[in-house]
Amino acid sequence: MSGTITPAPSAPVPWEELVTTALLGTDRRPAGASGGPAGLLDAAALHTVRRRAGLLPAAPAARPEPAPADPRPALPPAARRRLAQLLADRSAAGGPAGRRGTAPDLTELIPQWLATANRHGFRAPASLLPALLDAARARTDLRPQALAFAGPRGLWLAGLNPEWKFALRGSSGGSSLPDPTEPESVARLWEEGLFAERIALLAAVRAHDPAEALVLLATTWSTERAEDRLMFLDSLRTGLSPVDEAFLEQALSDRSRNVRSTAAELLSALPESALAGRMASRALSCVSPDLTGDGATVVVEAPHECDASMEHDGVVTVPPSGRGERSWWLGQLVEATPLATWPARFSGRTPREIVGLPVADDWAEELHAAWCRATVRQRDPEWARALLGTPSVPPSNGPGTASLAERSKLLGILPPAERAGWVAGFIAAHGLSEAFQILGVCPTPWAEPLGRAVVDALDIARDAGSYPWSFSGVMGLAERCLNPAEADRLEVLTTTPDEPEDASPGANGYWSEAFQRLVSTLRLRAAMDSELIPA
Amino acid sequence: MLLSHGGEPSRTAGPVARWTVEQVLALAPDDASRKAGSKLGSAGPWSGGGCDGSDAVWGLCKGSGSKPYRTVVDLTGPAYKCSCPSRKFPCKHALGLLLVWASDESALPPGEAPDWAGEWLTGRRERSAGKAEKTERPAADGTSAAGPADPEAARRRAERRAERITGGAQELEERLADLLRGGLAAADQPGYGLWEEAAARMVDAQAPGLAARVRELGAIAASGPGWPVRLLEECALLHLLDSAWLGIDRLPEPLAATVRTRVGLTAPAEGPPVRDHWLVLAQYDTPDGKIVARRIWLHGRETGRTALLLSFGAAGRSPALALPVGGTIDAEITPYPGAGQLRAELGRQFGVPSPAGTPPPGGTAATAIGAYGHALREDPWLDAWPVTLRDVIPVPSGDGWQLADAAGGAALPVAPAALSRPGLWRLVALSGGAPVTVFGACGHRGFDPFATWSAGVGDDAACGTVPLI
Repeated sequence: MSGTITPAPSAPVPWEELVTTALLGTDRRPAGASGGPAGLLDAAALHTVRRRAGLLPAAPAARPEPAPADPRPALPPAARRRLAQLLADRSAAGGPAGRRGTAPDLTELIPQWLATANRHGFRAPASLLPALLDAARARTDLRPQALAFAGPRGLWLAGLNPEWKFALRGSSGGSSLPDPTEPESVARLWEEGLFAERIALLAAVRAHDPAEALVLLATTWSTERAEDRLMFLDSLRTGLSPVDEAFLEQALSDRSRNVRSTAAELLSALPESALAGRMASRALSCVSPDLTGDGATVVVEAPHECDASMEHDGVVTVPPSGRGERSWWLGQLVEATPLATWPARFSGRTPREIVGLPVADDWAEELHAAWCRATVRQRDPEWARALLGTPSVPPSNGPGTASLAERSKLLGILPPAERAGWVAGFIAAHGLSEAFQILGVCPTPWAEPLGRAVVDALDIARDAGSYPWSFSGVMGLAERCLNPAEADRLEVLTTTPDEPEDASPGANGYWSEAFQRLVSTLRLRAAMDSELIPA
Repeated sequence: MLLSHGGEPSRTAGPVARWTVEQVLALAPDDASRKAGSKLGSAGPWSGGGCDGSDAVWGLCKGSGSKPYRTVVDLTGPAYKCSCPSRKFPCKHALGLLLVWASDESALPPGEAPDWAGEWLTGRRERSAGKAEKTERPAADGTSAAGPADPEAARRRAERRAERITGGAQELEERLADLLRGGLAAADQPGYGLWEEAAARMVDAQAPGLAARVRELGAIAASGPGWPVRLLEECALLHLLDSAWLGIDRLPEPLAATVRTRVGLTAPAEGPPVRDHWLVLAQYDTPDGKIVARRIWLHGRETGRTALLLSFGAAGRSPALALPVGGTIDAEITPYPGAGQLRAELGRQFGVPSPAGTPPPGGTAATAIGAYGHALREDPWLDAWPVTLRDVIPVPSGDGWQLADAAGGAALPVAPAALSRPGLWRLVALSGGAPVTVFGACGHRGFDPFATWSAGVGDDAACGTVPLI
């Protein structure tokens, strides 16, 4: 306990004696109390009141270090109130979520509020730090922004409460992290630290000097556990360069299969690496222009075996159930081959032209999927454009892949404006039913023409007579991502027009409600943004 | 819903700053209302809203039905009226309206109240003016205030009740004697049942104060290490109260009044009214059997007096009285009788609450614990005494926390009840290792923080009183 209040000295009545007598009973221990139970209680009452009246303060425990100063400016009062409201709404335990009604969903606006506040460089109000840390504890996606906003005082506070120890992890984690330029303290923490501390340390050193991180990792590499080696290797992803090749090449012979395949993956992202070259020469022997004709067809001859050298280079021998092993091997070879290999192979054709070539014997799907994975791995916008094709072409007829997950990864490689334009074209042509995932990769607020395309598509969906909750995912995204300036243009949609005969009953009322929520959320976001503009 | 509490406002002119969101949310009767109110706290669902200087706000809130709800808040009470069927008080619409008013200056433009709002507001104002006259008249013509219709019958009733309580106290004494004869070690064996039965007997004896103490005894046996000591202490204090009641004729009147209150005989508030600018230090609810007890702590700027407003809400309803924490009200309070009695009743209010206030001056850890000891002279059954600590630093200590004097070598442990409350972390965050001023209850279990003020400059100093409970 925290330093109990100490009673004043001088207690003439032997209190312990009274307690013992009371515990055993005056029948058994009559000597302790004169006057039986009543006398005992009289004495105990006297003692209790005397003790309470004579309480003295305790000796203070060691004070914590004061929280470091935070030089950022304080929030404007209106923004401060807004944050209190957003956080209060989050923590207030509501009943089961019912129909959403016309009011904005405040919890969903917290990430955006935090991002804007951080962009302006405001300091978090101290009294809201506990609610902020609680919010970040419950939602991992909030953590980076919430912790940046919480600042040094937030970290200081988190250090005092075990429930917030998540805040001390991660790269910003720590005040305890040594300066990467001090080799001795770095080496000590690397030798003695906990796993999370070491990961953070490695990332810090890597950010400072990528080669230095390799040296550090090499000092203990052979003694690390397999799962730790995997995580350490994974942290080399940042700042990957040809300097890392020798180390990664060595890791290809690691005892752990996961470590081997991660090393191979990293090497294949280095087009100049020996591994990439070996994979390219293997892939080139499998994929070639049709030499018998005019070279306008791609011929695929999948590998017949997975030899030891392929395995050494990270090719996984056994396919998942349901897949043929030859196509499985082919996919892995093409995926790890530098994309620059292909134009040379196909007499200088551009990626778009190569992707457009017919592929013999039904290998198209397999080959294009592998090119998609290679594009994502090597982050090549030119190939991404080629594989995405024209947005208005239905996914199943286009080049590349029909998978929305793959497409959103490809979109992620394109510059933001181009991404938004492509998605707008897709929605204009195919509506919203498949748009949720690819909308998620578009930068916010949505640039035109994307915002307009989404609103038009919602309007069309309403006219088609379906219920709005079929589009609740997109609606929610629109609330968070549409440009707040669109609110006025959307106002007309909040009215309830007469229902067409073939519409679902009552749908129009729900649509009007959904659009009202959209408009009020946009207005609220505009208000939030303006409150955060520094005076 | 049409309710108003005892606070009877009268008009004053002059603009008053808006309340803060925290102050509005502090009015919510429970978490669910707070959440529901927050959802309505943006201009979206509102139309036709306005405000009348800073005395009243009104608006129409779109609900699920075809007709919007009509919501009015008289800020001087505050008192609320809404056409919704909710029995929460204030309802989510009133909270939402106040949030809109608190956070968006342009959402409720000044103007003339529409008829539906104006009628109610005018009615309230007339009634309160009438009451004010009524309370002044008896003093003017010298007749006593209206008492019970038949004083003789009332006296007989009081006598019968006192007899019953005496019977109850005697029975309790016998039970305590039996317990002590057999030993406390046996007390955790019969379990809760024994105490529950005894508590029920005290309720029959019309001694709710005794009943509550007996019920608490039942919980001690299961309260962890050291329970025999705590049980003996509480048994002894109960015995002291029994004996005091049985010998009440021989006690000086102030102490006798305290004993009557402790037993459960509440006399009406009758002290002379005290007018002051009262800072609302804290407001919190505690469940008390089937009812909810709400405690509001006030501190008078001129008198330096601390007062407790106690109100109750029956099953499922929150207490009617709600004041914005951190605000200051110009009002009269009427103290209840009894030595060391802090409880008072809110009387007339003058003007609307102002959203700011200066914290009580406060003292050191030693003066705080000394004040508790001093207060025990008047009321030996006190568990804690309200005090303000000036310039203390929250310090972690073992599994708990202390509030340590910034200058000096003394500290008070934070009461166990406060350790699990989120308010403790607000206090620590606000302090950041630097001195703060803290209001709370200081007693034999430690210090229970209720509100704090940061000495620092900037955003947190500007937000004034930060509630911790």
